[in-house]
Amino acid sequence: MGFIRWLANIDRRIIFVVIGLAVAGPLLVPLNLPPVTVTSQARAIYDAVEALPTGSTIVVSFDYDPAAAPEVHPMALAFLRHCFIKKHKVIIMALWPQGAQLAVRAISEISSEFDLKYGVDYVNLGYKPGGAIVINLIGTSFAKAFPSDINQTPLNQLPLMSKVNNLKDVAMVMDLSAGDPGIPAWVMVANALFQRKVAGGTTAVSAPQFFPYLQSGQMMGQLGGMKGAAEYERLVKHPGLGSRGMDSQSVAHAVIIVFIIFANVAYFALRRKTPSGGPAAAGGAPPPAAP
Amino acid sequence: MDGLTFIGTWIAALLTLFIFSFLYKDNPFYKFAEYLFVGVSAGYFVAYNYHNAILPNLIRPLFAAGSVDVPKGAVLRLLQDGAWDWRILTILAGLLGLTMLFRFFPKAAWVSRYGIAFSVGLGAGLSFITYLQANCVAQVYGTILPPAVINNGVFDFGTSLTNTLLIIGVVSGLVYFYFSKEHRGAVGGVARVGVWFLMVSFGASFGYTIMARISLLIGRMDFLITDWIKGTLRFLGLM
Repeated sequence: MGFIRWLANIDRRIIFVVIGLAVAGPLLVPLNLPPVTVTSQARAIYDAVEALPTGSTIVVSFDYDPAAAPEVHPMALAFLRHCFIKKHKVIIMALWPQGAQLAVRAISEISSEFDLKYGVDYVNLGYKPGGAIVINLIGTSFAKAFPSDINQTPLNQLPLMSKVNNLKDVAMVMDLSAGDPGIPAWVMVANALFQRKVAGGTTAVSAPQFFPYLQSGQMMGQLGGMKGAAEYERLVKHPGLGSRGMDSQSVAHAVIIVFIIFANVAYFALRRKTPSGGPAAAGGAPPPAAP
Repeated sequence: MDGLTFIGTWIAALLTLFIFSFLYKDNPFYKFAEYLFVGVSAGYFVAYNYHNAILPNLIRPLFAAGSVDVPKGAVLRLLQDGAWDWRILTILAGLLGLTMLFRFFPKAAWVSRYGIAFSVGLGAGLSFITYLQANCVAQVYGTILPPAVINNGVFDFGTSLTNTLLIIGVVSGLVYFYFSKEHRGAVGGVARVGVWFLMVSFGASFGYTIMARISLLIGRMDFLITDWIKGTLRFLGLM
């Protein structure tokens, strides 16, 4: 009974340490658990990029910040790799202030793998405030929203942008989003107004709210959280942080499930032992005092 | 790893550990990291927005030729001939933006309502149709599904079940949020089914939230192990 009571009142710091070890352990010593199963949503994005004719233009919007980078940045790397493997042209833009710099970092991380020429294979238009209004503007003209790129080079001096006037000249949009402005704005404007194919990569917290867009066909595919990144890394056969983190993710989830089971067992065991029952008997908060 | 990156990595690693120290209990190291983050973030965003929003959208367009260069009589032409000059619009937008700063002065705070009213009105007007199309019409259209699907003469059980569940979930969920009739009898029963669907959706969201939080921890742990510990050992030639 003493152990059950200890379990019911376990110091939360013990839980923190166990979760920390569950996450750090597999990063130090990989467990090589079976790879993630690729979902139909991730496959749909991969197949769409595969099906595009070589040299198609894809807009990749970096709408996230460093706080969401562990989840979204691996997706960015995997998706950009796929685009450049297929020799597609990439227009990078950002609706979040720090997105443009994260795009610079993403390109620098993968540039050694490809023979990329700025202005020809990809451009970085930088950050523009305004969210949906910016998307509305590039629906009619990229140059109106972005007179120059991130380096202040006028758009008409970039060979790639000479072939692209507005969203109609773009094959698909990939929004890497961590909130607002993000996927809803792209679906509302690029898909609903300009009938462009929109795909999204987002944090796991946000992923469930976009399932209705997937079901209705307004979004062609979605990468949800670090697992989504691991799926795309598997598809492009280039493991990164997403794949590396999946062992930790699995172990941490198992630990959390065990803790939930322990907590419930302790709660019900203590409730049965005490005649009055209730949370106080199980070590929870005492009931409020009677007036 | 060069010297500057080495120092930067150490600062980032120590600040990460300072933040983690809150898990034990509140302490001065955590407070230091917290205040530093708030201060640096505020300063960074002021500078970033000046250089990436105000400078390219307001200052540079007006001073591109080295002077303000608003044509004489531009306002008059605007009113009489409808000859809209883009610089007038730019200045108007700048003034509307400035009005928002009046919130800092309690006696003149009402001036800020003009800028806010403009941005709210513009946002609402622009998003009204697209919001309706994307979040209402397309969603209703996506829910009108056949409960029994037959593909090439064969009954597709999986799709039929999915469609049926989706229709039941949408209808019962809507009934749960219908408050003009008391939730008793048949209405109460359907509403209860709606609650079950809502609970399943909350459970899925909570599962995704746990995955997100663990992912963030993985990101930090990966930084500490790969960039900080292994990076330092490599920098010192020990690895």
